[in-house]
Amino acid sequence: MTSRNAEGHAVVVGASLAGLRGAEALRQAGFAGRLTLVGDEPHRPYDRPPLSKAALTGEIAPEATALPNLHALDAEWRLGVAATGLDRQAREVRLADGATLSYDRLLIATGSRARPWSNPTEAGLAGVHTLRGRDDAAALRRALAAGPKRVLIIGAGFIGCEVAASCRALDRTVTLIDPGPAPLARILGQPVGEIVAALHRALGVDLRSRTKVARLEGDASGRVVRAILDDGSEVETDLVVVALGAVRNTEWLSGSGLDDGPGGVLCDEAGYVLDMEGRPDRAIAAAGDVARFPHPLYDGRPVALEHWGHAVAQGEHAGRLLAGAATGAAYAEMPAFWSSQGGVTIKSVGLTEGADAMVFAQGSPKEGRFVVVYGAKGRCIAALSFDSGRWLPAYAEQIAARAPFPPIRVGVDLHGLAVLQPGFPEERTSS
Amino acid sequence: MKAGRLFEAVKDEANRADPYPLYARLRETPVSRQDDGTYVVSTHAAITSLLHDPRISSETLPPSERPRTGNPLSDWIVNPVKDHVTNTHRPFIFRDPPDHDRLRMAVMGQFTHQRVHAMRGRSHDLVADLLDKQSDATSFDLVCDVAYPLPVTVICEMLGVPPEDEPQFHGWATQLASALEPDNLGNEEARAKNITTFDEISTYMRGLIKEKHRHPQDDMLSGMSGESGKDGGAGMGEVDLIATAILLLVAGHETTVNLIANSMLALVRRPHILTRLAGEPDLAPRLIEEMLRYDPPVHFRTRRALSSIDIAGTTIPEGADIVLLLASGNRDPAVFRDPDRFDPDRPDIRHFGFGGGLHYCAGAPLARFEAEAALVALAQRLVHPRLIDDPPPYRSGAALRGPMHLRLAIDGVAPRR
Ligand SMILES: Cc1cc2nc3c(=O)[nH]c(=O)nc-3n(C[C@H](O)[C@H](O)[C@H](O)COP(=O)(O)OP(=O)(O)OC[C@H]3O[C@@H](n4cnc5c(N)ncnc54)[C@H](O)[C@@H]3O)c2cc1C
Ligand code: HEM
Repeated sequence: MTSRNAEGHAVVVGASLAGLRGAEALRQAGFAGRLTLVGDEPHRPYDRPPLSKAALTGEIAPEATALPNLHALDAEWRLGVAATGLDRQAREVRLADGATLSYDRLLIATGSRARPWSNPTEAGLAGVHTLRGRDDAAALRRALAAGPKRVLIIGAGFIGCEVAASCRALDRTVTLIDPGPAPLARILGQPVGEIVAALHRALGVDLRSRTKVARLEGDASGRVVRAILDDGSEVETDLVVVALGAVRNTEWLSGSGLDDGPGGVLCDEAGYVLDMEGRPDRAIAAAGDVARFPHPLYDGRPVALEHWGHAVAQGEHAGRLLAGAATGAAYAEMPAFWSSQGGVTIKSVGLTEGADAMVFAQGSPKEGRFVVVYGAKGRCIAALSFDSGRWLPAYAEQIAARAPFPPIRVGVDLHGLAVLQPGFPEERTSS
Repeated sequence: MKAGRLFEAVKDEANRADPYPLYARLRETPVSRQDDGTYVVSTHAAITSLLHDPRISSETLPPSERPRTGNPLSDWIVNPVKDHVTNTHRPFIFRDPPDHDRLRMAVMGQFTHQRVHAMRGRSHDLVADLLDKQSDATSFDLVCDVAYPLPVTVICEMLGVPPEDEPQFHGWATQLASALEPDNLGNEEARAKNITTFDEISTYMRGLIKEKHRHPQDDMLSGMSGESGKDGGAGMGEVDLIATAILLLVAGHETTVNLIANSMLALVRRPHILTRLAGEPDLAPRLIEEMLRYDPPVHFRTRRALSSIDIAGTTIPEGADIVLLLASGNRDPAVFRDPDRFDPDRPDIRHFGFGGGLHYCAGAPLARFEAEAALVALAQRLVHPRLIDDPPPYRSGAALRGPMHLRLAIDGVAPRR
């Protein structure tokens, strides 16, 4: 391996969290050849989680989110240039400026982008925002600082909920609209969704569940002024944030022969990308939001995770893999996620998809601090906490061990376990 | 020695000066059942796991039972009520969430950045004064003359306890700290002594807190007792407040002294590092972290299993007593390279010196500042310090472990810088 690592050209497409950590891991694992990072944003890698939190409320500037370099990289940066194509036979990446980069190993880390509002004309109205990158956050921050009274948020997923809470912290009037029965219910189930709903109502958010926005209307100058809901009612607004989830950035891979559906680029257990016939390409790995991979903890079912910690862990794994330094073990990092909204820190480990039972464990919803454990077919598959993250490592161990559900029947701050139905609404996504 | 008796040997005073070879033997079985039914947890991984496990409880104190007096009023009414109050208002180091969290939060609110930082400067002055007193000495006892008075003065000033009362609760603190030694909990006489002491110090604290109520000052006791009057949210009642004040006082008395003494012992045994510290005071923070790994003041803490726990190939049964052997996890070769070497340049020291998880030491920042002030001044001002007794005599505790005296011969004390 060492001789192979002395030269060659590693190309990383997507210069964000997974790409940066992957590039660093390549170097850490002894890769001494040429290293190029390609990113379509003009910025060096930065952190996204603050963009819906402290960067919106103004506690930190959107520009103050640069990711630290943990290890020396000695890399060439091609920033502000998108990759537009991949030729695996020629081992070349085509760039938007016409250049090509030949690689002997490639890391695909192009992540995902915000799903836009379905009607392009309405999406183009002034005052309609999405939030994915630093520039989006800066634009939204500027718009909020201009002093609009009313903000309408479409979609009560994690980002929609965080934006709602941040806008309430800025004392804006906030309407949060979601077709589901409760915010986050699709991921966390109905009982927890109701707690999230109560949290937002307590923050003063006008939450409208089981409601859809039918269309957006602008004034003569092309500035959004109201939303028409599917029940025919109208909501006047000065600003709209569309938070309808993410779309994987895989278009540049079309024609490459890789299995790159809308769910992400499919990988094998080790992390190599697969072609349409299911054969791994051992020159190419994928990591982060863009990767879909069989998770050993979940019976090898392909999952794609939009989690910060996953982008780090899988990026590092892919870097080692491409440097020939991976142990051969399947990538099996425990999925973990956090969110903070309205002063509450929500954390989760494992994946809730497929859960058929849940229990409230430590703490209690009444106190606003609690742990929920999810089970499927009698095994423990996920745990979630509100302001009680300290218990999650223990549950992560139980999930990793596929312990029977509920895994812990008697413990500190545990007041009887009533098994509930998670009651997921239809239309699930994985994460 | 049989594996099931190793922890017995750890508690034996004959092994106080160097328990580490016993810990190495214990680590051969990460969770080891001792003949008395106690489970000793000695590897880094297993300790980490249990520190975060909701199935283990810190409510390990046996029920309080005040001794019979022969007076029926006391024996049947007054003391049972007192026992009940004691049982339900333990200091929060011995309590589980949610009560633990509520009480701890109220305390942490008092450990303000300002207060702790003020004590940093104050520590430097105090150490300077203590060393000035030795300027004509050819030998002194580091424990009695520096390592003990410094943290005691600091905690008294922070809490707002009059320093002139200190001699009185010196003995109380030592007595109460013995509750951390497992054998004392099993011993009826020791338990009775603890209760008497607890009642005495409680009476003292109650008086002091009343005084703070009347004349609040800028100290932690005033802050906490003020809070108890308010909305009831973060506040605490008088009994909890007394227990908390006692906890802080004892913790401030019985731990940092060992950190300073253990550090000087290690440094005087390694004069090149002592010299290096004198010229490179920025080394102190890292050196102290390494010290908290290499020879920490708190060697173990006890817990109880609320339900059975499968860990590292062993099942700890429900109700079992558990010993988390923190000082052994600190020497685990699976985590630390060359673990028995004292190396202040060690990167990434994930030690258990301050415990971990929800009972992580509340006084850690304060203890670090105190130790830093003391060690830098000692390194810079003691001229050619030598150990008079090596190993030094140790205090009896195996959990709270440290030298009883650390007599140093010196060729003088350099003037303050
Ligand atoms: C507002 C917000 C808040 C979040 N909060 C949390 C949180 O609290 N907790 C949590 O766990 N996770 C959170 N996340 C998710 C987390 O940030 C992502 O999972 C993580 O950023 C994924 O990293 P990545 O490197 O895989 O992808 P990305 O960060 O999406 O990076 C991909 C990069 O590739 C670039 N790119 C795309 N296509 C091309 C191309 N063709 N050529 C060149 N470059 C391209 C993109 O512009 C981007 O810079 C949040 C995300 C957002 C947007
Ligand atoms: C070097 C000095 C110190 C060391 C090594 C030390 C070590 C520890 C350890 C290991 C614990 C964990 C106990 C457990 O898990 O059961 C602890 C808890 C605690 N310490 Fe310290 N300590 C030191 C100094 C202090 C000081 C100066 C104070 C107070 C002023 C203090 C206050 C506390 C308190 C209140 C707890 C209980 C925390 C809780 O239960 O949440 N400590 N300490």
